[in-house]
Amino acid sequence: MPVIKVNNLSKRFKMLQAVDDISFSVEEGEVFGFLGPNGAGKTTTINILCTLLAPTSGRAEIAGFDCAKQPDRVRAAIGLIFQDTTLDMGLTAYENLKFHAFLYNLDSRATEKRIDEMLEVVELKNRKHDFVKNFSGGMKRRLEIARGLLHYPRVLFLDEPTVGLDPQTRNTIWEFIDTLRRRERITVFMTTHYMEEAENCDRIAIIDRGKIIAMDTASSLKRMVHGDIVRLVTKDNRKALEEIRTAFGLAAREENGSLFIETDKAEEFIPKLIHAVSVETLTVSLQKPTLNDVFLKLTGRTIRDEAVNNHKEVIREFVRSHRRAQR
Amino acid sequence: MIQLRPIYVICIREFKKFFREKSRLLGTLARPVLWLFVVGNGMGALIRPQAGLSYLQFIFPGMIGMTILFASIFSSISIVWDREFGFMKEMLVAPISRLSIVIGKAVSGTLISAAQAVIILILIPFLGIDIGAMQFIWVTLIALLVSFCITSIGILIAARLTSFDGFNVIMNFLVMPMFFLSGAMYPVSSMPDALRWISHINPLTYGIDAFKHILLTKAAPPLGPEFPLPADILIVAAVSVIMLSLGALSFRQRG
Repeated sequence: MPVIKVNNLSKRFKMLQAVDDISFSVEEGEVFGFLGPNGAGKTTTINILCTLLAPTSGRAEIAGFDCAKQPDRVRAAIGLIFQDTTLDMGLTAYENLKFHAFLYNLDSRATEKRIDEMLEVVELKNRKHDFVKNFSGGMKRRLEIARGLLHYPRVLFLDEPTVGLDPQTRNTIWEFIDTLRRRERITVFMTTHYMEEAENCDRIAIIDRGKIIAMDTASSLKRMVHGDIVRLVTKDNRKALEEIRTAFGLAAREENGSLFIETDKAEEFIPKLIHAVSVETLTVSLQKPTLNDVFLKLTGRTIRDEAVNNHKEVIREFVRSHRRAQR
Repeated sequence: MIQLRPIYVICIREFKKFFREKSRLLGTLARPVLWLFVVGNGMGALIRPQAGLSYLQFIFPGMIGMTILFASIFSSISIVWDREFGFMKEMLVAPISRLSIVIGKAVSGTLISAAQAVIILILIPFLGIDIGAMQFIWVTLIALLVSFCITSIGILIAARLTSFDGFNVIMNFLVMPMFFLSGAMYPVSSMPDALRWISHINPLTYGIDAFKHILLTKAAPPLGPEFPLPADILIVAAVSVIMLSLGALSFRQRG
């Protein structure tokens, strides 16, 4: 039984088709990711699933409840971590959690124990009575994760959970999410535009301009592009090329003084390759396909380009409004 | 659908934040003191006491009204703050009704605002007004009603305000006129026709008039109350109910 079921879901804002006829389902216990550039429709989809937005057409179901028709049942079954923090900076960590417990109507006596337990897991127990405004970005995120799971949800939604955090903090956040999802046996639905983060998912849906353009495991998606590519530079490339052809039946490509060989399991292939080539090898390097390559192949653009363009757009907009203000 | 536990915890949060923001409390208490003793004394030098009532005494009910006006608007504007800083989402995605959020905000705003109005009563000994226990209770009850009314208006505004930029507009074009055209500083009957007409649709006018009924018992017209007390209470109560319903409706649409 899938815990999230989405059928032909669409959302239209005046001129913009934000979500365009998407369908997918997520199994219990799965970590499912939406990967795509900013503005692809990821947050809109999350907002529909968590009952903050009504779909224009189509149907979304969580834990058997219709997101549009039974919002309260859906809300009780999900935990959410939004892109921007939704903590109250003027309250302590404990007060934020306590507030949450009351909103979700948790039993008061059990709540105290649960709060301590969750603070312990995210390593904030010694900051229990500190004001959230004094927390670092990573600590705030950890507290939000603890809060999102406080009421024993079945699905945890994470919308760009590590945006704005440094890489090291990002990794620890993922460790916490992973520990907790095993511990609490929950399903995770996340969105991201970081490739490395999408690698944490069991399955990934690549979304662009409101449409799901591919959906599979990370390794299957990458296989769509090409295998691993080994780059080899030898003293005599012409001879090496010939030897590779006879030893493995593989056609290497020669370009700018390097040989490129496409293969499946490059880590195991490289030692055999070195052994088979009799001429002296100067350098060997390995290039693995990334999810960005997948996106590039599917759309002709890279996710990163998109981000850069967005920044340019923001700056342009800023300059424009600044000029307007001066006039 | 009204859920009591969420309403309770929303109130507790507002109370905690109110007591922690010392500057907010100081602001609401300093404002009437400034008006009373700076503006009140300045104007008082020009206006002779009438029927044993000094100008300072005359504006005191208006100062209670002003305290409530600012305190209530400030409380309900917390909805815009919550939205701006993201905390509103925490409430919107919880399994609670929109109405519970609105009621939580209304109840907490009313209590916080009325409490500040009651604190202002400690100025009474300096003004030469004497009140008994009954009057104190009446003032408190009316303060609760007026606070509820203004908080409801504030919630309606906050529900429609999309960003914090609109706040200054509201302060300049709604809150300040509401104060000046409420009979707080000068009797409604002494205003030019157009302004008097606006005063008549200003719910704060009736709230302050009710305070005048209780506090300025000796006053003769035009300085005393200008409308019957039951009418004051009825109008303020009716406006409260209408405004809160409208506020709840637009909050449900926009969140």
